[in-house]
Amino acid sequence: MVPLTWYLVLAAALFAIGMFGVLARKNAVAVLMGVELMLNAVNINLLAFWRYTALGELVGHAFAVFVITVAAAEAAVGVALFIAVYRQRDTVNVEELDAMKG
Amino acid sequence: MEYISNFFVNLGNSWTSLLSSFLPPWAVILINFIIVALLLVLMPVIATMTLTIMERKIIARIQNRIGPNRVGPWGIFQAIPDAIKLLTKEDIVPVNADKPLFNLAPLLIFLGAALLWAVIPFGRGVIGQDLNVGVLYLVAVGSISTIAIVMAGWSSNNKFALIGAFRIVAQLLSYEIPMVLAMASVVALVGTMKMGEIVELQSIPFLLILPVAFITYILAAAAETGRAPFDLVEADSEIVAGYFIEYSGLKFGWFYIAEYGNLLAVSAIAATLFLGGWRGPFADQAPVLGPLYFGIKTILIVFLLMWIRGTWPRFRIDQMLALAWKVLVPLGLFNLLWVATMIKLPLPVWLQWAFILAGNVLALLVTLTLMGQAAKRYAARRGMVGTRA
Amino acid sequence: MEQLFFILLALLTLSAALMVVTTRNLLHAAFWLILVFFGIAGFFILLHAEFLAVVQVLIYIGAISTLIIFAIMLTRRIMDPQQPRFNSQWGLVGGLAALLFVVLAAVTTRVAWPTTSATLPAEPIKQLGADFVGVYAVPFEVASVLLVVAMIGAIIIARERG
Repeated sequence: MVPLTWYLVLAAALFAIGMFGVLARKNAVAVLMGVELMLNAVNINLLAFWRYTALGELVGHAFAVFVITVAAAEAAVGVALFIAVYRQRDTVNVEELDAMKG
Repeated sequence: MEYISNFFVNLGNSWTSLLSSFLPPWAVILINFIIVALLLVLMPVIATMTLTIMERKIIARIQNRIGPNRVGPWGIFQAIPDAIKLLTKEDIVPVNADKPLFNLAPLLIFLGAALLWAVIPFGRGVIGQDLNVGVLYLVAVGSISTIAIVMAGWSSNNKFALIGAFRIVAQLLSYEIPMVLAMASVVALVGTMKMGEIVELQSIPFLLILPVAFITYILAAAAETGRAPFDLVEADSEIVAGYFIEYSGLKFGWFYIAEYGNLLAVSAIAATLFLGGWRGPFADQAPVLGPLYFGIKTILIVFLLMWIRGTWPRFRIDQMLALAWKVLVPLGLFNLLWVATMIKLPLPVWLQWAFILAGNVLALLVTLTLMGQAAKRYAARRGMVGTRA
Repeated sequence: MEQLFFILLALLTLSAALMVVTTRNLLHAAFWLILVFFGIAGFFILLHAEFLAVVQVLIYIGAISTLIIFAIMLTRRIMDPQQPRFNSQWGLVGGLAALLFVVLAAVTTRVAWPTTSATLPAEPIKQLGADFVGVYAVPFEVASVLLVVAMIGAIIIARERG
């Protein structure tokens, strides 16, 4: 049996990698991919905790389903935004999208 | 009697105990897994060998031709020289192709076609693995082929291939929804996602209770497998061959095998969900008949899909999407809602089923009337033939 | 056996995740992302959450990855592999991410997590379905409203104004 901490360490690593992707990549689509990695890390944690500490009720399942729902909504809106921005500005480089800068 | 009614399971048990007499347990498990996996992986190949000749003969008959007639009696061995020809062709990789992805795509698409067979019941207990998420698994595995097709379309570095990939993403994502809705109405009716159990609980074929779901499924299946009239992905006259235009030799063969494997798989799924799978007269007494019935039902659906292919012209892309979103999705949603309401009514089962059937027939009539009116309005606007002014 | 499988799967998933955030070619990154999603589905199976494993494949691979690939293809003119892939703060961010990982790992391995003796419900999927219209009915409805809003929003945002 795999101990719970293995899953937690794995999820932490995945979350850190995703965060690096979000903060360091230039392309907005790559940033979105980083966000997806972070959300997946959260899902691993939710299910691991469910499996090891709350097996009787399906709290972890329900929460993970909601996370997936939010991820799907976020990806749809995100991709729509990229396409709209790309049409307007001809770029999806997050550093060049600074029209709101004071 | 007990032995007979669970014939295949007992046969499997006897085989396992035979192996266990001279092999350690892990080796027995390994050998059994390998045998089952090989059989399932072979299904798409078998499908290609048999369905290509069937398709060419049927389409030829529809188009008033003879079809293949040189190799073997009535040309039934035509697939063998075709396969040999394919294998001896030069394997070309375009210069600017994305090589790793270009080589990975054919394998992935074959994987998608082969994995479908893991949850399809051929007879009582004759199923790779009766997953408790069986129906959902089928839909999930289908998305692997989407990825493979996008991969192939992109990596070929060819305009036509890319357009084909764009089209298939729109098409597969749109038709996945009516397909899932049709499957979900069956799942709602029986209350399980296990494919084996769906067959067990199907005392009369669900085609007779859920005709709308069946029609939706068949249309969505034709679209999911990219067959005419939904073959915009590879529309020969517009984008040559679509996503696999740059493939040749064995790699093209993988796409070909996956195409026919998917055709047989969606037909087998339709036979399982709507025609009662391996059930039939005397199948309980003589389980050997089970796979036979299952095969006959599957081939009937394959024939239906070939018939559709042979007789309908290709849709335009906006028509294809409109059919999915404006007709099949509302119909599927209504159907699912209706089934979910009816099975909760405090009525005997047969009356519930009768209500479901009535609702289905009504929905079908309303849909056909609305579509007919829309077609008439369209024709009147365009001043086309067939309008009575 | 299970531990060996876990380690192999973890290595595969984490290296694929690293490729996602470091590859120059964005499309390759998207395909590495799909491999990560498959790996995570594998972990869900190890955790006896088959339903979520299948949902993971269906939603993440079937829908989200396809959307992302679509976005990359539609904006591909700027996807020049010669362009720098990271912004100027990537060194700092890398250090920060490594620090976050070390802290999280240190914390999680030190806590004595409670364990449960409960057993898996007999039909987890049926129970989950009942829970969604029972205990979690309100969040479930909110999630569906969110999806509708996101769908309408995405259509309005991405719509070409004539």
